[in-house]
Amino acid sequence: MIRLSNVHKSFGSHEVLKGVNLEVREGEKLVIIGPSGSGKSTTVRCMNGLEIPTSGHVFIDNVELTRKNRIELVRNTSSMVFQQFNLYPHLTVMGNLTLAPVKLFGKSKSEAQDIARHYLEVVGLEEKAHAYPATLSGGQQQRVAIARALCSQTKIILFDEPTSALDPETVQEVLNVMVKLAGEKNITMVIVTHEMGFAREVADRVIFMDDGTILEEGTPEHFFVSPTHERTRQFLGKILH
Amino acid sequence: MIEQILSPACWLVFLADWHLFLQAFGVTVMVSIAALALALALGVVFGVMSTSHFLLPRNVARAYVEAIQNTPLVLQAYVFYLALPYIGVMMGQVSVGIFAVGIYHGAYIAEVVRAGIQSIPRGQSEAAASQGFTYVQTMRWVILPQTVKIILPPLVNQMVNLIKNTSVIALIGGTDLMNRTNDWATSGASIYGPPFLVCGVLYFLLCFPLSTWGRRYEEKLKKKDSHAGEELRKIEEELS
Repeated sequence: MIRLSNVHKSFGSHEVLKGVNLEVREGEKLVIIGPSGSGKSTTVRCMNGLEIPTSGHVFIDNVELTRKNRIELVRNTSSMVFQQFNLYPHLTVMGNLTLAPVKLFGKSKSEAQDIARHYLEVVGLEEKAHAYPATLSGGQQQRVAIARALCSQTKIILFDEPTSALDPETVQEVLNVMVKLAGEKNITMVIVTHEMGFAREVADRVIFMDDGTILEEGTPEHFFVSPTHERTRQFLGKILH
Repeated sequence: MIEQILSPACWLVFLADWHLFLQAFGVTVMVSIAALALALALGVVFGVMSTSHFLLPRNVARAYVEAIQNTPLVLQAYVFYLALPYIGVMMGQVSVGIFAVGIYHGAYIAEVVRAGIQSIPRGQSEAAASQGFTYVQTMRWVILPQTVKIILPPLVNQMVNLIKNTSVIALIGGTDLMNRTNDWATSGASIYGPPFLVCGVLYFLLCFPLSTWGRRYEEKLKKKDSHAGEELRKIEEELS
């Protein structure tokens, strides 16, 4: 479904990714963990063309993602949920959810609204359809952002630290929605997170990144019970207390 | 001039030709609207170009803005008026005025639009890109609608300046309000007070409501939306 082949990415003289090889299977729930600055976010951002690798290749459904085709390829295959939500503040919740379906996917307004209402129900925010993002709590905004991603009805949803900017009380409501989504077999999810309990619950596979490379990968059991590398143990020790 | 303003006889002579002033005032309003439309179109296009990732559109926009902002409007109007016929473009004085003023304020509005676009957080265009919006679609549906709210006050400022600057048409001989006033006053009766006073009042009636509305909107925005207000303050600082 998604394949990264020897991906390097530098920002100026700073090399953030130092040869990442990774394959995400269809329907897989992949969790990426690692210390900040390890290249987790850059890795997922390479998966939808927000970053173009300095060298190496990214394939989606066996089509190489390039500067030229990224908009079209991404439009039809993936959506993203950001750390800072990035809802469109000038539009209502309904406007946020229907903009892409109407402008990009040629849906009629009423059709798009029906789909939007369905996904608002999934994230438990039907009653907020006509609210503006600024009037919602962080957790609610992130749930709207998840609903917006769902409205594109793509097979892949990328999550870039979706709970890192939230108040501790609202983290759980977002995680609950994500757990619910993880139950859908045909959605491929790639999730960068520090929520280890969540990772353990939903991940088919966990990847630990450190210093621009994938240091270790395996099932959640492998990770949280008997990680191979000392560095992984160190990191998990810190984050799990 | 003061005696003339206080003299009923002068006013009677002036009022006999009142329709001429009204008609010229109509020209000024029409020119303002047409030049504003042109300036807005140029401003949006070049403002968007100057935020492009590509060097060429950015440099083209830069060249336009710098060339226009660093030479006098009067010179530009003369050049348009005198030079265009040489390349086969024949236009009346009023049309030349519309182009000169529109192109002049287009450069200023481009700067306003650029500053506005740059004040929108990067996350907005990233969200749009992640959904598959192209650059132009992102501008159209996501960035520019958010920009409008913030740049409205400096934009209104430009509109007011544009209205006043249409008086450059007088220099190239178009019959706008300014030229008609000067013409009327200096030919014939030598009555200056009433026409110039009325001319000023007419410009004032166009500009004052606009600038007042702009200032009120700005105060409201700063009070209601501290983020937008802060961005606006930064933009104004940058443009001044």
